[in-house]
This record gives sequence, structure tokens and C-alpha cells, in this order.
Amino acid sequence: MTSNSGHKIEVQDLRTFYAGKEVHHGISFHIEPNEIFAIIGPAQSGKTTLLRAINRTLEFTPGSKMTGTIKVDGEDVKKVRDVYGLRRKIGMVAPLPVGLPLTIYDNVAFAPRSSGIKDKKFLDAHVEKCLRQSALWDEVKDRLDSLGTKLSGGQQQRLTIARALSHQPEILCLDEFSIAIDPVTTMRIEDVLKELKKEMTIILVTNLVQQARRLAARTMFLWNGDIIELDTNEVMFSDTPKDKRTYDYVNGIFG
Amino acid sequence: MFTETAFIRKKRRNELMAKCFFGFMAAAMVIPLFLIVGHIVIQGWPALSWEFLTENPRSGGAKGGIWAAIVGTIYIVFFSLAISAPIGVLAAVYLNEYARESWFTRVVNLAVINLAGVPSIVHGLFGVAAFVYFANFNDAKKSIIAAALTLAVMTLPVIITSTKEALAAVPRQFREACWNVGATRWQTIWRIVLPNSISGILTGVILQVSRTAGETAPVMLTGVATYKMLDSTGLFLYNPIKDQCMALSMHLYYIATQAINIPKATPYAIATVLIGVVLIVNAAAITFRVYLRSRKKW
Repeated sequence: MTSNSGHKIEVQDLRTFYAGKEVHHGISFHIEPNEIFAIIGPAQSGKTTLLRAINRTLEFTPGSKMTGTIKVDGEDVKKVRDVYGLRRKIGMVAPLPVGLPLTIYDNVAFAPRSSGIKDKKFLDAHVEKCLRQSALWDEVKDRLDSLGTKLSGGQQQRLTIARALSHQPEILCLDEFSIAIDPVTTMRIEDVLKELKKEMTIILVTNLVQQARRLAARTMFLWNGDIIELDTNEVMFSDTPKDKRTYDYVNGIFG
Repeated sequence: MFTETAFIRKKRRNELMAKCFFGFMAAAMVIPLFLIVGHIVIQGWPALSWEFLTENPRSGGAKGGIWAAIVGTIYIVFFSLAISAPIGVLAAVYLNEYARESWFTRVVNLAVINLAGVPSIVHGLFGVAAFVYFANFNDAKKSIIAAALTLAVMTLPVIITSTKEALAAVPRQFREACWNVGATRWQTIWRIVLPNSISGILTGVILQVSRTAGETAPVMLTGVATYKMLDSTGLFLYNPIKDQCMALSMHLYYIATQAINIPKATPYAIATVLIGVVLIVNAAAITFRVYLRSRKKW
């Protein structure tokens, strides 16, 4: 813990590369504790890559590289020695739900077990807590032993969220979590997120501009690896954001 | 409205012809199998008996049975797979799960591909040099372990390739989901990747059973004797380090081409037993695989 500025995440002059091709062209921003921070922008603008740079799973892609600094709680992620601890601090929810080929219970208990927890009583209580937090408990409490992969798409997405919560993250990253699920489930999860905000920082990558508007306090418009605009939602979604492109994108007249 | 034009009639005729043609090719595939197996079993049937299976050969193979050869084949297959399966699977896990594209992995992959293409007699000569003389298990004489090692080297590339394919069939999202919750690569492999690829890995290993059981040239040079009596009382019938053994493949070759005064049915009976041993091992393994696959979870 060095030079803690109070920001939860601090990104300085971030450049990322896939096989020599630059994705982010030196972006800088910061995220405050307990805020919902939305990232909007068209495909290929580097939203997912940004999340993967933060929890250092970018390095699993051969040929990827990053320069600049990302600090989580004031600590440079590149210099983190316990990278698994860093990843546990950050919950990650992918666009398409990934139920691991395990039972519902084991899906949620996977992360705590990976960090060495074996206590059955603790795990039971913890699995229930995470499933309740992700609004899935009532639907699956009688069949925790059945396969997570057999759940419906919306249920699997909530299972993924439960798994992301299972390692008690301080930051929750949701990468277009609603593209595979119906509007009703989406609204339920959005309610969950508003609850979770009290406990953690939430980064919401979304293609739904209105979702960013509903949930976030601040929104960042990322386009082709550059920040076009980053401001509070009052400004971003007003009739007069600083950049004309923001107005166009938000109002669907982009391009 | 839906009247049949000449064009549509032609289309339908072509469709029918294509279907029949492809179907015939698929059926043709089955014919040689039945011919070969049927011919061998019918020809060999008169010579098959309990004594044939459980007695040592006498009078240069003309009389008695093939017990020693059955046991020898089982020994060779068991030891060679006991060596090549773990090494092959672990190497494939490294190549598929840990290694990044580098000059090292390129060299390894190149070696795997080329090793798989080496003819078996060349493997046999290599085995003589490496395991009979250089490793010298048995005072520069042939031994079961030398034959098993030779066959292990031969099967290794195939096991590596098939295991890699089985591992690659596990979706990458599963791995990423595990990494995202802070699991190490090893935890991911052990809890998710291996349980979901084990049936595919086993298939690759099983296929090598018939290959090792059938090889003649490499074992002839490195560990198999034409004739070796077997005291059929002990549990451990051969000493794998110090003994040579008989093998079904070699015995079949010898009986069919070298020995004299052999009843006509004997070589066919040996072939039947060789096929039977392989089929039994395969059936057992396939049953196990079906059981594993029934537990596959996506």
C-alpha cells in the first residue's frame, strides 16, 4: 500500500497491445470507492481489454503487452506479488454466462476452495450468502447438487455473479452482463447491483446506454482506445456534453 | 403451384444418387473387417482350446499352446503404456496449458510430429542401441523392459497429440472463469480441465494398446524371444528386467513363416487370440470411458 490517494482504481497513461497492435492509446482516469462506474462505447473500443488489464488476465493472451500504470488501492498491479490475491479482490462477470461444469454449489465454492478454505460450515453459509446476493437462491436452493451448466441463461448469469462475489471482491466488474438475458432478469440484477454498491466498487461495461444512465454515477465513453469523455451522468446524458460525439452516441445518431 | 419441373426432377435424382453412393462407401468400410475377422476365426477355430490358451508351446510350436506368448504380450503392453501414458499426458498438459508459443514449444511440436512418422523398424534399431546396449539392463541382452521402452518411445508422440486435442476441446471460457476468481493454472487444470478431458485422453491411450500388442519388428529386436518356456505357477511369471519373453505378434510371425510341421489352423488361432486380447482390453477401457463420459458436465 503506497501513496494511497483514496481512489479505488487509478489508471495512468495506459497503453495495451495485442500482437503489436495498440488497443488503448494512453488513457488516464480513476474510479472512486463504492461508486458505480460505467464504461460505454462501440465494439472494439477496448472495454473488455481494460478490465483484463486491471485484473492481469490480459497476460494469458499470447502477444499481449501493457505499459503505463494501473493502481488498485494505490498498489501497482504490475508489481503485485500475489496476483491471485489481486484477482480475488476483483470479481469478474463475462458477457456470456459461464457455468463451470460443476454443481451449483461447487461453482460458488470454487473460489473459496481455491484459496484454501475447507470448512464445510463456512462454505455452506457462504454459498447461500452469495446466491442470495445474486438473487438466485430461491430458485436453486433445493437443487444445489445439480449441474450449473443445466441452468437457464439468465440463471447461469446470476450464478456467474454469485461466483464473482464468492471470493469477497472489493471491486465488481461486469462486462456487458445483460446481453444474454431477458429484460426482467436484467432489472433484477440491476437492483442487486444497487444493493452491492454499499459494499463494493462496481465497474459496469455496457452496450446499453440507458443501463449506464440508470445505474452509474459517472460514465466513461471509450472509443477506439481513447477516452472521448468522462463525466458525471448529469453531464454525459444532458443535452450539452462537452464532446459532440458523446451526445451523438448516447442518442443513437453516431457514425 | 408446386408442380414438378424437369429441373426439380433432376435435382431429386442427383440427391438420391449422391446418397446411395456415399452410403455404399460407408458400407464398404465394414466388409473388410468382417472378412478378415471372420476368415481368421473360422480358420483358427479347430485349434482353439483351453489347453491352447494355457499351455507352453512344444515341438517348436507345432504342439502345445501359446500361454507364454499371451503373458509376454500383456507384460510388454502393460510396461510400455505404464511408461508412455504418464509421460505423454504430462507433456501434453504442459504443451497445451502452460507453454507459450516459443522456439522451445516449436521444437517440441516438431519432434512430436516427426517421431510419429518414424517407421517401427527404425524404432527397433534405436531401441537396440539405446535400451539393450547403452542402458544395458540385462548384460547387453534383450529384455522385456528394453522392448517396453522402445514401444513407449514409439507411442509417446501419438499419446501427446491425442491428449493435446482432448485438452484443447475443453472450452477456454472455463479456464478464464477459473483464472478470474484467482485460481492458479494448476487448480484450473486439476479441477476443471482434466476431469472434462479424461475420456478423450483415455481414448488416445486405448488406441495405443492395439498398436503395442501388434508391433513385431521393434520387440523382436529388443526383447522378444522365439521360444521361452514359462513356469506357469508363479504370479509374477516374467522378470521384466532380466527376462526376455514371448509375444503373440512375434509368435505368429514365427509360426506362420519359419516353423515346420505346423497344423494349418495354428497361425489363425494365434491371430484370433491376438485380436481377442486387444478387443477385451479395448472393451474394458471403452466401458470405463462411457462411464466417465456419462459424468461429463456440459
